[in-house]
Amino acid sequence: MSANGTSEMITINLDGNEVEVPKGANAIEAAKLHGKEIPHYCYHPKLSIAGNCRMCLIEMGMPMRDRGTGEAILDEKGVQKIGWGPKPVIGCATNVAPGMHLRTNSETVKEARNGVTEFLLINHPLDCPICDQAGECRLQEFSADHGRGYSRFIEDKNVKPKRTVLGPRVTLDDERCILCSRCVRFSQEVAKDDVLGFVDRGTYSTLTCYPGKELANNYSLNTVDICPVGALTSSDFRFKMRVWFLKRTNSICTESSVGANTTVWSREGKIYRITPRRNDAVNDTWMTDSGRDCFKPYESEDRLTQYTVDGVHQSPEVAAQAAAKLLAAGSVAVVASAHSTVEEQFIVQGIVKETGASVSLVKHEGDGDGILLSEDRSPNLRGALLNGLIAELPGADLSSLSAQVDSGAVKTLLVLHEDLTQLGLSEAQLKTVQIIYLGAFANAVSQVAQVVIPSLSVFEKAGSFVNQNFRLQKFAPAVPGPRGLVAELGVLAMMEAKLREDSLQVLTIEQVWSRMGEGEGAFAGLAWQKIPDEGLKLEAGSLAQLDFVESKNLKYDPATPEAAEALPA
Amino acid sequence: MATSKVIERKPLTFAEKTFLPQIATGLKTTFGNMLKKPITLQYPEERPVIPDNYRGVPTLVKDPNGREKCVSCQLCEFVCPPKAIRITPGEIDPEAEPDRAHVEKAPQEFEINMLRCIYCGFCEEVCPEEAIYLQDVFSLSGYSREEMINKKDKLYELGGTLPDQHFKWDKKKAAELEGNPEH
Ligand code: SF4
Ligand code: SF4
Ligand code: SF4
Ligand code: SF4
Ligand code: FES
Repeated sequence: MSANGTSEMITINLDGNEVEVPKGANAIEAAKLHGKEIPHYCYHPKLSIAGNCRMCLIEMGMPMRDRGTGEAILDEKGVQKIGWGPKPVIGCATNVAPGMHLRTNSETVKEARNGVTEFLLINHPLDCPICDQAGECRLQEFSADHGRGYSRFIEDKNVKPKRTVLGPRVTLDDERCILCSRCVRFSQEVAKDDVLGFVDRGTYSTLTCYPGKELANNYSLNTVDICPVGALTSSDFRFKMRVWFLKRTNSICTESSVGANTTVWSREGKIYRITPRRNDAVNDTWMTDSGRDCFKPYESEDRLTQYTVDGVHQSPEVAAQAAAKLLAAGSVAVVASAHSTVEEQFIVQGIVKETGASVSLVKHEGDGDGILLSEDRSPNLRGALLNGLIAELPGADLSSLSAQVDSGAVKTLLVLHEDLTQLGLSEAQLKTVQIIYLGAFANAVSQVAQVVIPSLSVFEKAGSFVNQNFRLQKFAPAVPGPRGLVAELGVLAMMEAKLREDSLQVLTIEQVWSRMGEGEGAFAGLAWQKIPDEGLKLEAGSLAQLDFVESKNLKYDPATPEAAEALPA
Repeated sequence: MATSKVIERKPLTFAEKTFLPQIATGLKTTFGNMLKKPITLQYPEERPVIPDNYRGVPTLVKDPNGREKCVSCQLCEFVCPPKAIRITPGEIDPEAEPDRAHVEKAPQEFEINMLRCIYCGFCEEVCPEEAIYLQDVFSLSGYSREEMINKKDKLYELGGTLPDQHFKWDKKKAAELEGNPEH
């Protein structure tokens, strides 16, 4: 297993150098810490050790001691002798011990790797040209390093099922499977849906689904990610694009408050797939299947693509000015959103302060699965709390706002993302007030709004969210938004500046953060550049006492919300 | 101070004075060339012989069974230095083409922009399926930029059929039908 969170260090000898490694780490992880790669297929840092691929063979030795007396056995020079094992051992199942000697690059080790590679390739199809894994295939990479370049196997290769549909999202090519069992262990250990297994023996071993079942759980695509070869492929991404053309961008999944770290793979402004990015404090190396589809709604036709004032197409500046004018008239209510980024919420809070508006926010909830899908289906509820937009947990609808509209106490509404007609306000009520709508999609509110400000998706802008563990995580833009649109942060900032009668026009995200850092509270002293890629744990303070809706999941425990991240996987 | 040297010119001989020998040599060259096989070609009526290793317009070829060889692996798109190639990969519909279903992948669209192509031949060299060849077409013209982008149909029309040494996919199909005998 990995370092297990212990920080105790021991000294081992790695290829002749004394190095410090965490106690209990296995040889693969220990060597990796010191820049040495031990090739492996079946070992995965977040799964149990199976030790079946034999690619990670290394030589291991321990300092010799006399069995009777326990005295160190010395050689002529007075140095303790090393008792090298007679045969190589597998690195994934070798946990380091003080004084252990490892050879990761000796002739024996190279021979062993070459041999394993040759055996793996015996029955492997020559599929790379049509194989989706090409370019990120461990077998392809290690064959280049350890293969002989031609085959001594003149017999007929094994034939196994190809194009087996394992479930709604996964297609299996058995000929390419190297029987590493990562997918089997994942299904058992993480997804807790034990449907995969091997049938038949020897070279005829075949990965298959339990008869009558299918690999349909919401984590099935993780098996595709961890499959070191092209055996398990995503039916959606299949044959769409070669991975070497795709640009990788760090992003955050917006599906729920878990905030899984993701990588968005895009080419020329088109997103092709989303995969999880390792973060041991948030999502290990997994994410939900449903979260991988989050980019698809933004490819739809009903996206808002124009700034409009009273139905007339305008520039963002004009729209911001028109909005500010409506807001300046007073009697404002803001319907904020837990889908907005921390920065947008900060500026909205600024608008609230300038206009003395009342703020409401609605919750979005669904069923959690106890793993990486939490009950709170908004990515940034904690951000709204930390920004002071709301002080307690939000309700399910807007009945109080509805009453305010009826009584005439509210004359202008600033609505972020929400479709009010779904939340207890009628279309007739909406017609009695002035509405500034900011959102990505056309809906009943955008149709009656005086000012419409189209927003960008999480894939098109930069920003940050605060997840269930009060971890501040940032994301970068992967693709450009629709032509002519600027990030809504800029438009909101223009509105706020106008209200404050400030000459300051467009704020960059860095400038917003320098204002946030000057303020009090959880963001004090922070800056955009200071948020690391793996996120930053914020002080929850008294907010931690709130009765959040999330139940126990992979990295969250309602009993100890502060400490939950440190839970072992 | 510059010195000048007087060069003595010999007077012309009689033969030289008649110019006849010079005319004769000149006519010899003229008549010689009239009788020799001409070097120039009456292009476009006459066409040059193109050597086998000539690097003409890149084309897509079919195998002797008339099946498309390219599997849209996109290696040529990757290797092409001026980025002239643009491929939209696609899946072969097993219902529509049952005899080719085992190949799984084929290009939906394949474009080579001949305004960009530098005739380097890298695409031919990199292709794992021996599907793209720079053949003997050397003259290409069009009235617009769009016309200079060769689409899939055009590429196959230009490429035709080439002999195949491997019949890789036929062998795969045979193995698939035969299965594992000992099993
Ligand atoms: S699994 Fe890897 S080696 Fe095998 S065909 Fe696919 S890319 Fe090639
Ligand atoms: S399908 Fe992939 S992950 Fe599963 S056993 Fe085969 S090679 Fe390993
Ligand atoms: S010949 Fe060279 S430039 Fe032309 S398409 Fe092929 S790789 Fe590209
Ligand atoms: S022509 Fe060859 S290299 Fe290019 S996509 Fe087709 S198979 Fe691949
Ligand atoms: S990684 Fe050690 S045996 Fe597979």
